[in-house]
Amino acid sequence: MMTVFLIFFPLFVALVLFALRPSNAKIWALAGSLIELAGSLVAAAGFVPSQEHQFVVDIPWVTSLGLHFAVGIDGIGIVLVLLTTVLVPLIILSSFTSSYTNAPTFYGLILIMQMALIGVFTSLDGLLFYLFWEIALIPIYFICLIWGGEDRGRITLKFFIYTLAGSLLMLVGLVYLYYQTPAPHTFNINALYQAGRSLPEEAQGLLFWAMFIAFAIKMPVFPFHTWQPDTYTVAPVQGTMLLSGIMLKMGIYGLIRWLIPVVPAGVHTWGSTAIVLSIIGIIYASCIAIIQKDFKRLIAYSSIAHVGLISAGALTLSTIGIQGAMIQMFSHGIVVFALFYIIEVIFERTRSRRIDDLGGIRNAAPTLTTTFMIVMLGSVALPMTSGFIGEFLLINSLFQYQALMGAVSGLTIILGAVYMLRTFQRSMSGEANSTIVGFADLTNHEKLVLYPVVILILLLGIYPMPLLNLSEASVESLLNIYSNISALGK
Amino acid sequence: MNALFVICGLGILSLVAEIFSLKKWLLAVIMAGLAAAILLVTLEFGRSTLHFSEMLLIDNFSLGYIGLICSVSLLWFWMSGGYFTGSPHITDRSAMVLFTIAGAVVMSSFNNMAMLFLGIEILSISLYVLAGSRKESLFSTEAAFKYFLMGSFATGFLLMGIALVYGATGSFQITTIAGYVTSHKNELPFFFYAGVLMMFAGLAFKISAAPFHFWAPDVYEGSPTVITALMSTVVKIAAIAAFYRIFSICFSSVQNTWGAALQVITVLTLVIANVTAVYQNNIKRMLAYSSVGHVGYILLGFMSDSKSASGVIFYYLVAYAITSIAAFAILNALEEKRRAVTIENFNGLYKKKPLLAVTMTIALLSLAGIPPLPGFFGKYMVFALAIQNGYIALVILAVITSLIGVYYYFRVIIAMFFKEPVSEEITTEPSLTALIYILVGLILAAGIFPDSLLYLMK
Repeated sequence: MMTVFLIFFPLFVALVLFALRPSNAKIWALAGSLIELAGSLVAAAGFVPSQEHQFVVDIPWVTSLGLHFAVGIDGIGIVLVLLTTVLVPLIILSSFTSSYTNAPTFYGLILIMQMALIGVFTSLDGLLFYLFWEIALIPIYFICLIWGGEDRGRITLKFFIYTLAGSLLMLVGLVYLYYQTPAPHTFNINALYQAGRSLPEEAQGLLFWAMFIAFAIKMPVFPFHTWQPDTYTVAPVQGTMLLSGIMLKMGIYGLIRWLIPVVPAGVHTWGSTAIVLSIIGIIYASCIAIIQKDFKRLIAYSSIAHVGLISAGALTLSTIGIQGAMIQMFSHGIVVFALFYIIEVIFERTRSRRIDDLGGIRNAAPTLTTTFMIVMLGSVALPMTSGFIGEFLLINSLFQYQALMGAVSGLTIILGAVYMLRTFQRSMSGEANSTIVGFADLTNHEKLVLYPVVILILLLGIYPMPLLNLSEASVESLLNIYSNISALGK
Repeated sequence: MNALFVICGLGILSLVAEIFSLKKWLLAVIMAGLAAAILLVTLEFGRSTLHFSEMLLIDNFSLGYIGLICSVSLLWFWMSGGYFTGSPHITDRSAMVLFTIAGAVVMSSFNNMAMLFLGIEILSISLYVLAGSRKESLFSTEAAFKYFLMGSFATGFLLMGIALVYGATGSFQITTIAGYVTSHKNELPFFFYAGVLMMFAGLAFKISAAPFHFWAPDVYEGSPTVITALMSTVVKIAAIAAFYRIFSICFSSVQNTWGAALQVITVLTLVIANVTAVYQNNIKRMLAYSSVGHVGYILLGFMSDSKSASGVIFYYLVAYAITSIAAFAILNALEEKRRAVTIENFNGLYKKKPLLAVTMTIALLSLAGIPPLPGFFGKYMVFALAIQNGYIALVILAVITSLIGVYYYFRVIIAMFFKEPVSEEITTEPSLTALIYILVGLILAAGIFPDSLLYLMK
């Protein structure tokens, strides 16, 4: 029942917001998301770190389609559920200073988004997974379309059609798998695993691409990333946070849960190609990030680089690779949230996101500078920050996979340091620019948003074991499946 | 069966209502009558009976379709109150609409080719008149004339086809023909196949599948908006039901005759309709092409055995009909005295009338096939069925055309949410608001509980 509560409570709050349209919608939304957070913490506390799914609910929904409402949480899911429930209240809190028109709709859409995300991370039925996957697209599309920036009509449409194209490809793959299950067909996750593994290698290869492209568009992995920088830039800041903080994790989660165990032989054949694509993305996006003038765009590109590393590491199919992906997903989620929030804080004071317009903020706002410093160090993966653990494990796994790939992907840390430190230096130190006259330091409200993130970044950097323990058993069992299969194949 | 009596009775009542000065109550009486017809359909459910010398077959299939036709008609009358009250011809118009519905009922329950022809004619002749019922408008007259010319042409084909099939098999009865065709599979004369193909062309015109769709955009655009809504819902449901009865039941054993033709027109319908819709600025025309496109998806469902297809097609039609009614209700509210509604008229609707904008969005998302709305499940089932039968290339094509569909549906959504509002005022009556809430409820219910509808066809 816990899972059902976690999925539908945000929807319930959203419906209340739509129906009552209270004037202080943000308080309602915040309260709702905090209750949700409490719920997820209770679930995490009751969670036994084993390989099995827990809090499972399985109700037949559309029997003629083999669709069950089957949800449950395992070690991989719990990390992402926690990421979602931690970030959503922070995202809502971060919006308190900006007054959106039609606030009940805005917060309602955020909560519906949360519902869909939790649904994606807990589904144990292929079609249900697809349904939640698609539902997640609708609120974020409207958040960007209604409250976004210039030229949003064209940009958000591209985003929508691009991601929908990928998802439909995945759907065709899922339906194909569905008909491979023994009659009466079912979308049950274990049945799909069985069906996928028994397929010949060529069929697995085709399925691999059908599903990998869907996930690659969502993350996005090079060359499927062209929708991303524009969309991130044009979205309202809370939308960008949802997109980069949580939504792109759907792609990586899909990779780990719905790709690797379903078509192990396909991954075996094509995994190295996908890893190369991811690594090209890392280098390519980092280089573009270096020359960006717009702060928000820069973080958008850096996000492509980070996510490319996660995808490459997960595809190495090693325990450290997937464990690194798990912790890096969480870490990237909170770091990128904080970065976008800091951009917003600066933007509210200077009305500019151009890095060249800034300078010398350090003197005016020391607290902001320190906070930014810690978040930035988390982003460039300095030891003692959460980013380090994740990136270290990921690069290590790539190195073991193939030394050259490890070396090339290691460049991400260097290139990341180049663009992040340069940005930090330009904006925080140096001569004070005219735009930052009267720049105020962080307000109490802004501290309330940023400090929890800073604490989490440091805490996970120093003592990541609780998070790693949550997911370890599930990751191990995932890989056991894989090694059994490849042993059979040889 | 009783539903047909009720509808015909209502039609006759409408004709004489003028004499007894019942005009004020007429619409209420009709709606109550339709509700009664729906009730009668549910009471008859589960039994299979033959009527009129075995010319009408009332089984679960036809009861499902009759129930759907009556329900959609009821919603349609609710939506189009203004069409009747705003004119002195209230009784003629309502009688014509009721006879259209009666024709539709016959088309979904015939067991005899003659009944099929009668049903089509009862429906079509009333529609020709209704298409031209906005007499002051040249476009309306043009639509009526075009529809009449093309319609008679197609009926000619159909009739010729029926005659040839009769010549080969010696019967008008669907079940007899089906039996004869199966038992004499190898000794059928060549003109039997010619007859099947002629009937195919005639019915393809009625369901407006490409390349027999050229009348549809002009007729849809010229006719009064509510009549367009009637054509793209009730009439389309009946035409698809007739198509199913003829091809999936009667001629199912000679599928190799018309199967290839079906594939060709499916591809043409999907591609031509969806690509052309992208270039339409007039919303009525856009919806016309989109409705042609949806026929393409439904035709995909015909490529499997009749048992599994019937539930899928029925569900698709339910999903399509209720979302179309919602879209047309909003289009009708926006139209008022304007001649044509273009995308610009939707600009900023969200700021002015959020309820209308949100409902239109839900309808368009469903037509585009976005989960968890019924349009998604409809498309999903059709695609899954086609994949199961090995038509993977066709499904991939259909997936691409769905993406094109997203593009043109979303143009309207973007206009509503993103563009600056136009200054004119839009008035919504309380009855429309109530209807909109009901439609949204129905759309969501059909999306969340698809099983209950599929069950009807079992």
